[in-house]
Amino acid sequence: MNIVVMLKQTPDTESIIRIASNGKSIVTDDLKWIINPYDEFALEAALRLREQHGGKVSLVSYGPQRVVEAIRTGLAMGADDAVLIDDHLLADGDLLGALKALATVVRELNPDIICCGARAVDYDQAQRGAMMAEFLGWPHLALAVKLHSDGTKVAIERPIEGGMVTIEAPLPVLVTFGGSHSIWNPRYASLPGIMKAKKKPLVIKSLSDLGLDPADYGRSSAKILITALEPPPQRAPGRIIDGDLDVRGKAKELIRALHEEAKVI
Amino acid sequence: MAKSVCVVTEFREGKFRRVSFEAASEGRRVADALGAHLCAIVIGAGVTEKASELGDYGVETVYVTDDPALEHYLTETYVTVSAAMIKQCDPSVVILPASVNGKDLAARLAARLGVGLAQDCVEIRCENGHIRAKWPIFAGKCFAWSEWTEGTIPFISCRPNVMSCLMPDSTRGAQVEVIGVPIPEARSQVKRVDLDTSGKIELTEANIIISGGRGMKDAANYALLEELAALLGAAVGASRAAVDSGWRPHSDQVGQTGKVVNPNLYIAVGISGAIQHLAGMGSSKFIVAVNKDGDAPIFGKADYGIVDDLFQFIPALTEEVRQYKASCS
Repeated sequence: MNIVVMLKQTPDTESIIRIASNGKSIVTDDLKWIINPYDEFALEAALRLREQHGGKVSLVSYGPQRVVEAIRTGLAMGADDAVLIDDHLLADGDLLGALKALATVVRELNPDIICCGARAVDYDQAQRGAMMAEFLGWPHLALAVKLHSDGTKVAIERPIEGGMVTIEAPLPVLVTFGGSHSIWNPRYASLPGIMKAKKKPLVIKSLSDLGLDPADYGRSSAKILITALEPPPQRAPGRIIDGDLDVRGKAKELIRALHEEAKVI
Repeated sequence: MAKSVCVVTEFREGKFRRVSFEAASEGRRVADALGAHLCAIVIGAGVTEKASELGDYGVETVYVTDDPALEHYLTETYVTVSAAMIKQCDPSVVILPASVNGKDLAARLAARLGVGLAQDCVEIRCENGHIRAKWPIFAGKCFAWSEWTEGTIPFISCRPNVMSCLMPDSTRGAQVEVIGVPIPEARSQVKRVDLDTSGKIELTEANIIISGGRGMKDAANYALLEELAALLGAAVGASRAAVDSGWRPHSDQVGQTGKVVNPNLYIAVGISGAIQHLAGMGSSKFIVAVNKDGDAPIFGKADYGIVDDLFQFIPALTEEVRQYKASCS
């Protein structure tokens, strides 16, 4: 079973996000970078599929040189090889462009299953998986919190508002992963894994290396662009309900405040 | 042809989901700003009869595809059917619900139609016919504004519980057109649908949320929050620490890895306020924090803070809410 995992590098979820002076990107200088947690769940599921069915797990990603660190971590977790598209035109363009380029790489790998996070914890657009599947003409199963494959088809459980749906598709299929650390429990990179990862194949390509015409990518061909970032609205300072009250008194005062001031109960 | 705005709706278990009316109301506002006609598309089984309800929220024309094969959402069938129906509307803007199924449909539609999509938007602005949409990034630590390049149709999915609904007005009325879009063969299939019939309120749609964190100490102690939640008609959430400890299911997790919520009232109980949790609930209208550590970062976000032992305070609050509710009825 050949499996491709789409991996994105994102700032750590504990990061403080600051807007850069251009007003439309974030300050990246002092950020700690991680594998997007949902992609880490996808990689864990892919490694388990390989353990069951044999085959190979390949990582694909796009982004600048710093992404190599995330890829090496993925290889240390157990992936076999990786391809990174490092081309500034993808950073300047939109998701449609990036996924079209990535689809070129994925086609060459000829996978049976593609796994990726249902969303990324940075720009959170939840579009990658569906777009990749569309460009390949494959079905996709979104937001897996449980996955089973007998080697010919894949079934997932997918939470929807107020319920759970089980959906199934024959290979080849793309699966996006939701859930949490507690569900997927992604493995840590072991020390031997980290040593081995240094020797695993990692190919870095530009758009022209892939035989793609740079004129079709970048800002000029984007349909949608981020034109400004803004900080979240400032919250008015709150108050501690105290005033020498006992718990009953505090509870009473809180209810009064929620009813009369906030008008939410 | 006159301009039009198209709203994609979500119909499940015999009715429109509320987010459909939110999307329709927002669609009305955008259509008014553009001087455009507002149409909507409805897909499902047994939807025709209810389709005119959208008229109450300002939709003028409703296109319907009603087929037993469309009873359950399946990306493959829904995307093909809705793509054909959207073309029928010939829209200059498309507004979708950013529910679980809505976001999935929107993403695949964007790739199929080659359009730019902004997901999970909380605000749409229309200035001189030019559309901009705002959405939270880094789970609300920051917001991004998107714009579309010349000649492309903005696709915008709207986060549930954010866009205000118009007052329903049944005198408006909508024209309902049933159109028979052929339903494609699908490779994927829905095997099972298990709906929670316990009446549990979905976190992303709740008006009030009570969340417990590490301070709850044990799964069994969540009964305290459940009791209070039942009185307030609230949903119960949890921090990542509580979910990682196995006290609560992952579907209850609020935070950057979990659900981003925006209720009117968020009560954080025994939650210190890790930055990834604050990101997930920071846009709540009012925040109450209950923690015995007065230095906990959660108090920096709270409108009202209670520095006390939650095991003393929550039972007292529950009792006071009970009395308050009794006095109201």
